[in-house]
Amino acid sequence: MYKILEKVDYSDDTYMQVIEAPAVARTAQAGQFLIVKLHEEGERIPLTIADFDRDRGTVTIVVQAIGKTTRELQTYAAGTSLSNVIGPLGLPSEIENHGTVICAGGGVGVAPVFPIARELKKAGNKVISIVAARTKSLLLWEDRMKEVSDEVIVTTDDGSCGRECLVTEPIKEMCEEGDVSLVYAIGPAIMMKFCCKTTEPFGVKTIVSLNSIMVDGTGMCGACRVSVGGETKFVCVEGPEFDGHQVDFDLLMSRQRQYLEQEKIAYDYYLECRGDKACLT
Amino acid sequence: MSDIENKGNEGERELSKKERMAIPRTPMPEQEPKQRAGNFEEVTMGYSDEKAITEASRCLQCKKPKCVAGCPVGIDIPAFIDAIAKQDPAAAIAKLKETTSFPAVCGRVCPQEEQCEKVCIVGKKHEPVAIGRLERYAADWEAAQGEAAKPEIATGKGKRVGIVGSGPAGLTCAGELAKEGYQVVIYEALHKPGGVLSYGIPEFRLPKDIVYRECEYVESLGAEIKLDYVIGKTMTIDEMMDDGHDAVFLANGAGLPVFMNIPGENLNGVFSANEFLTRANLMKAFRFPEYDTPIKVGKKVAVVGGGNVAMDAARTALRLGADVHLIYRRSREEMPARDEEIHHAEEEGIQFHLLTNPTQIIGDNEGWVEEIEVIEMELGEPDASGRRRPVPVEGSESRIPIDVVIISVGTRSNPILTQATPDMELNKWGNIVADPDTLATSKEGVFAGGDIVTGAATVIQAMGAGKVGARSIDRFLRGLPLKPEPEEEGAEAEGAAAK
Ligand SMILES: Cc1cc2nc3c(=O)[nH]c(=O)nc-3n(C[C@H](O)[C@H](O)[C@H](O)COP(=O)(O)OP(=O)(O)OC[C@H]3O[C@@H](n4cnc5c(N)ncnc54)[C@H](O)[C@@H]3O)c2cc1C
Ligand SMILES: Cc1cc2nc3c(=O)[nH]c(=O)nc-3n(C[C@H](O)[C@H](O)[C@H](O)COP(=O)(O)OP(=O)(O)OC[C@H]3O[C@@H](n4cnc5c(N)ncnc54)[C@H](O)[C@@H]3O)c2cc1C
Ligand code: SF4
Ligand code: FES
Repeated sequence: MYKILEKVDYSDDTYMQVIEAPAVARTAQAGQFLIVKLHEEGERIPLTIADFDRDRGTVTIVVQAIGKTTRELQTYAAGTSLSNVIGPLGLPSEIENHGTVICAGGGVGVAPVFPIARELKKAGNKVISIVAARTKSLLLWEDRMKEVSDEVIVTTDDGSCGRECLVTEPIKEMCEEGDVSLVYAIGPAIMMKFCCKTTEPFGVKTIVSLNSIMVDGTGMCGACRVSVGGETKFVCVEGPEFDGHQVDFDLLMSRQRQYLEQEKIAYDYYLECRGDKACLT
Repeated sequence: MSDIENKGNEGERELSKKERMAIPRTPMPEQEPKQRAGNFEEVTMGYSDEKAITEASRCLQCKKPKCVAGCPVGIDIPAFIDAIAKQDPAAAIAKLKETTSFPAVCGRVCPQEEQCEKVCIVGKKHEPVAIGRLERYAADWEAAQGEAAKPEIATGKGKRVGIVGSGPAGLTCAGELAKEGYQVVIYEALHKPGGVLSYGIPEFRLPKDIVYRECEYVESLGAEIKLDYVIGKTMTIDEMMDDGHDAVFLANGAGLPVFMNIPGENLNGVFSANEFLTRANLMKAFRFPEYDTPIKVGKKVAVVGGGNVAMDAARTALRLGADVHLIYRRSREEMPARDEEIHHAEEEGIQFHLLTNPTQIIGDNEGWVEEIEVIEMELGEPDASGRRRPVPVEGSESRIPIDVVIISVGTRSNPILTQATPDMELNKWGNIVADPDTLATSKEGVFAGGDIVTGAATVIQAMGAGKVGARSIDRFLRGLPLKPEPEEEGAEAEGAAAK
């Protein structure tokens, strides 16, 4: 059992949990993820390691509740436990001194960007971060990003905070000005796709972290496969980070919809029964 | 028949060879095909005491038993069968356990028709003795008695062994070393132990209760199973050695699914058999939404392949309500699956498209599978495996409308562990290179066995490797040369005979 030590709600739909998992924390690196399973009947879902504390033996996750499991996890308060936490999985980010790097996070995607930005900064890069969301209430970790960046730009689609624009606007401007050596873009698939479309004409390498559907997260099933540069790749073992200009985002998004029908059934069933088994019959 | 049974039972008179041969092979009761196609209960129900005794009396107790040579681990088959015939199942199970760690598993999943039963003397003229069913009978008898008899455990050796993977190879190795008094820790990547027995082979063929009972048995011998531990990620092999493990056995299997590299394979509705079976077995998706993990079955499913994995996927899809079409590029004779599984699949109504191979999968506008294009094959010259190579018949393409495709054309070794161990010697397929006699790898103190070394093979071979690994590790930790000296071997054999 893996105990939740802290839980903070950021909005109705977003939250942070600090979980006791010393074996995972011990070797966790920026860019990696873990798999959690809440209980015996639970699904295995992948979540990025947003932070880790080796001394305390903890890992931090930041989650957006969008379906059955993420909604149920939201009800897990500090002091409760998860039945399984497996990781760290995936390949760590390749950190080196590139020069100027843009670290763009969309929605809860900001959290996974955080440890990467921190490492890039340590490695001597000039880090310009973009914290983006649809609206003010969904913005998160602006303060933390400030700690590890040379500059932070906030954007919201509706202008309720920071610049009123899409995350791609400042990326485009900076690419036009030149001097950007690398872009990290993490968030919903559609956001990553448009970030890549923005940087491609400038030839600025753009790394994305793909969120395909997973089961084991250890290369055993192929559920997570995507097409990168025309080749099939397993995100969980060969990723999750890839060169975004090579990724077939349309395929990724199509594959993410594979279980929509069942996800709705699971969610409705959960809302109706709240885990009460007797409800089944 | 009851006449013979009585004679056998009471042992008034030894049956003659001719009388024994005259007894027909005893069928095992099974659920009716129609009924079982709608449930996940075990298909075969095992022998009653009477049936087991009758079947056991068919064995000729050969002086030079061919069956023993046919068994990959050399079980003393006539001895355990004799014990059953003499109504002493306790002696039978004890005999079995001298050689195989998990007879309840082997009795159910070993390809006996390719091993012991293939060479059984009775089988020359009649049907062979049902060795596998008798093995299962003895194991199930023991389970019904409650707690399994525990062997003597040697006094603590003060040495610690780490085992990677809790499949049959890892469990066997752990059990053997625990009995020798070593401190054993199994590290398993998944949240349940058992390897393929747990995530791959379905409930209706190998109930998970049996698998978990075997895991608990190994734990009861003193081995610890640490779940959620991915070696190569959570901890590397070098870290294991630094962290107080005196030796390591790698039994991480060949779990990486292979796809066919044909157009359309990434469409929605195309799954590896591993994904489909993992969802169904490990995640219990067949009980969705009570269990959270979904599974996509569709109305009409194509399963590509002819091995046990393909049969398991096909029969699982059938039980989830689909009309299932199995596509295999060779003929029925070449199918690598166990005879019994092929037979059961046919009975349950799975439609076989033999000498047929997919060429592409065609999708609709939304990215979902719509059709599979196949081509007819004919058998040409034998290939390296000795089987006749299938060659496509030009211009014979046709299309089958389908909504789910399950690809079951093999697996390779998973790169997670080996990626993190650059100094480990691998062969060109990514399997770990291990000495065939000792299972020693290129790394000092690290041994490897099971599918990770051989590529996808069988449960019994994996168990055999677990035993060899345990013997080598024991010798390694006692500072002995890994290979027994010839005199020593002679002495060992004598010692065994004296027992
Ligand atoms: C490497 C990786 C890292 C991720 N990191 C984060 C993170 O830090 N924070 C966060 O909020 N989310 C993260 N996700 C996404 C998260 O895993 C899904 O939101 C979650 O699985 C949804 O489950 P659900 O039952 O709540 O919703 P569902 O209703 O089941 O699914 C909603 C949508 O989420 C996706 N999804 C469903 N099941 C899975 C699955 N087993 N694996 C992956 N995606 C799935 C599908 O696109 C689906 O349409 C990550 C995904 C990946 C692959
Ligand atoms: C669906 C299916 C049906 C089959 N049917 C039969 C049959 O009827 N008869 C038969 O004889 N054989 C059958 N086989 C083959 C047989 O199951 C295998 O040959 C056998 O299980 C191999 O045993 P193993 O111990 O080497 O590996 P596995 O059983 O594959 O176990 C390996 C274990 O290691 C774990 N692991 C992997 N990587 C790591 C890591 N890095 N760290 C920690 N743990 C790790 C895995 O999660 C797994 O639990 C079947 C196989 C499949 C897939
Ligand atoms: S070969 Fe057949 S008849 Fe002879 S001992 Fe073995 S099982 Fe019995
Ligand atoms: S999640 Fe199963 S292979 Fe990647």
